[in-house]
Amino acid sequence: MASDTSKRSSYFLITPMALIFAVFLVIPLLTIVVVSFWDYDEYRILPDFIFENYNYLLGSSVTWSIYLNTLKYAALTWVFTLLIGFTVAYFLAFHVRSLTWQIVLFMVCTIPFWTSNIIRMISWIPFLGRNGLLNSALINLGIVDQPLEFLLFSDFAVVLADVHLYALFMVVPIFNSMMRIDRSLIEAARDAGASGFETLKSVIVPLSKPGIAIGSIFVITVVMGDFITVRLMSGGQSASVGLQISNEIGLLQYPAAAASAVVLLITVLLIVTALLRLVDIRKEL
Amino acid sequence: MALLTKTRERRPTSFYFLAAFFALFVLFLYGPMLTIFILSFQGENGGLTFPMNGFSFHWFGNLFEQQAVGDFGGSFSRSLKLGLIVMVVTVVVSFMAGLAFRKRFRGDSVIFYLAIASLIVPSILISLGIGLLFNIVEWQPQWFTSALGAHLTWTFPFGLLIMFAVFNRFDPSYEEAARDLGASNWQTIQYVVLPMVGPSLIGVAMFSFTLSYDEFARTLMTAGALNTLPLEIYGMTTNVTTPVLYALGTVTTGFSFLVIALALGTVAIMRRRKGQKA
Repeated sequence: MASDTSKRSSYFLITPMALIFAVFLVIPLLTIVVVSFWDYDEYRILPDFIFENYNYLLGSSVTWSIYLNTLKYAALTWVFTLLIGFTVAYFLAFHVRSLTWQIVLFMVCTIPFWTSNIIRMISWIPFLGRNGLLNSALINLGIVDQPLEFLLFSDFAVVLADVHLYALFMVVPIFNSMMRIDRSLIEAARDAGASGFETLKSVIVPLSKPGIAIGSIFVITVVMGDFITVRLMSGGQSASVGLQISNEIGLLQYPAAAASAVVLLITVLLIVTALLRLVDIRKEL
Repeated sequence: MALLTKTRERRPTSFYFLAAFFALFVLFLYGPMLTIFILSFQGENGGLTFPMNGFSFHWFGNLFEQQAVGDFGGSFSRSLKLGLIVMVVTVVVSFMAGLAFRKRFRGDSVIFYLAIASLIVPSILISLGIGLLFNIVEWQPQWFTSALGAHLTWTFPFGLLIMFAVFNRFDPSYEEAARDLGASNWQTIQYVVLPMVGPSLIGVAMFSFTLSYDEFARTLMTAGALNTLPLEIYGMTTNVTTPVLYALGTVTTGFSFLVIALALGTVAIMRRRKGQKA
């Protein structure tokens, strides 16, 4: 009897969350799938069951080059955020010795995450622009005599902004994994004669894998679906899957956008499934 | 004493390299923000880049003129209200869900995977899906209906995961003690559970407010006719070419910092009070 009431109270407690997910996550995603088979003209979307949207999407060479470009952004951002995130987390977890300092420095890394992404992107403009700080500095130092054009509105700027925005997504889970590593394992490795680098390679990296996997999932999915960084930082000169979807939305070609969205969703889910083989998320909390 | 000798232990050379790397990382995080902060005080004839052409509050004044930047006041107040609603709903619903997840129930893993899915589904898909849904059933998208729902799909996963982390480390014997002393379920929650998880709930509150306040992609197709602040800022990036953009950046970043400081301050006060009681 008692377990019956407690079960009932569990259902009562979970209902609000379940309802919101149903109405604003599950049904909308199903709507996208349904609409991806619909037809449209200049003014309306028309209920139908056609494969035209997918045929057009998958048959176009533009789509493939856009996917390639998006994967390139995701891969580059992933490599840089991983290197930076691991190094920063390693420093915080193993080289900062007092808990207070760990918390303070961790907060210093975290605070920018709580401010506007768009503002953080814009803030690169005075730094990278043609007459920006970096170009002025390089010219004054005599390193270059023409301002470098590739700094802003380029692939470089997109990846730089992505790394800037999302490095934290790597720092937090890797730091979390590292804090759980039993310190006696590291002492044991040292006592057994391992050098610092060997300890890092055979003890710390393997035990940080769950954090690395979670961070990778975050960074890769967010970059795969991004459109605003690409639009702002490439100055409209580059494309990504998300940007393509947002352009189709702008042109009111909703069924075409929906078909692109379904393909993007499948791609992202495949990547995540592959990464989830490395980690059991529920154990990591 | 032990602590003292430990800190005096010689640091390895790698420490200094890593510390330098960390310092560069912090510079990388804050440097650009600092530049637009300085440039927002650009003189009246100054441009979007250095050098500074004098020093003025001109661009901050400009913010409040309708024709210069569109509807800053209105979009700010909408974002503020939306953020507060999202915050309250997220705190209450995540706390309830956290309590529910302390026991196994049928469908618990479905909810868990929905939360994870909600986190990894690209934001533009949520925006598109809700936009389409409202379009088909002919509801008018509004910032306090469709955009609210879209934001909740983004804040709930964070709220739920934080609650998991909290309750995984929560010792149930305190509640048992309360119940043995005759406390009702609600009294146990009010006098035992809430004070213990309070600081984490403040964390959830701050998280959900700032995530909503800054959310762009999920608002894009769901805000309806009236813009939220991030939409307004985004619009400005394409047609405003004066430092008023930086002034807006400075003001809204300053506001975010204020919210963070408020949350951290509250947690610190709660901790201290708890310490005094104990």
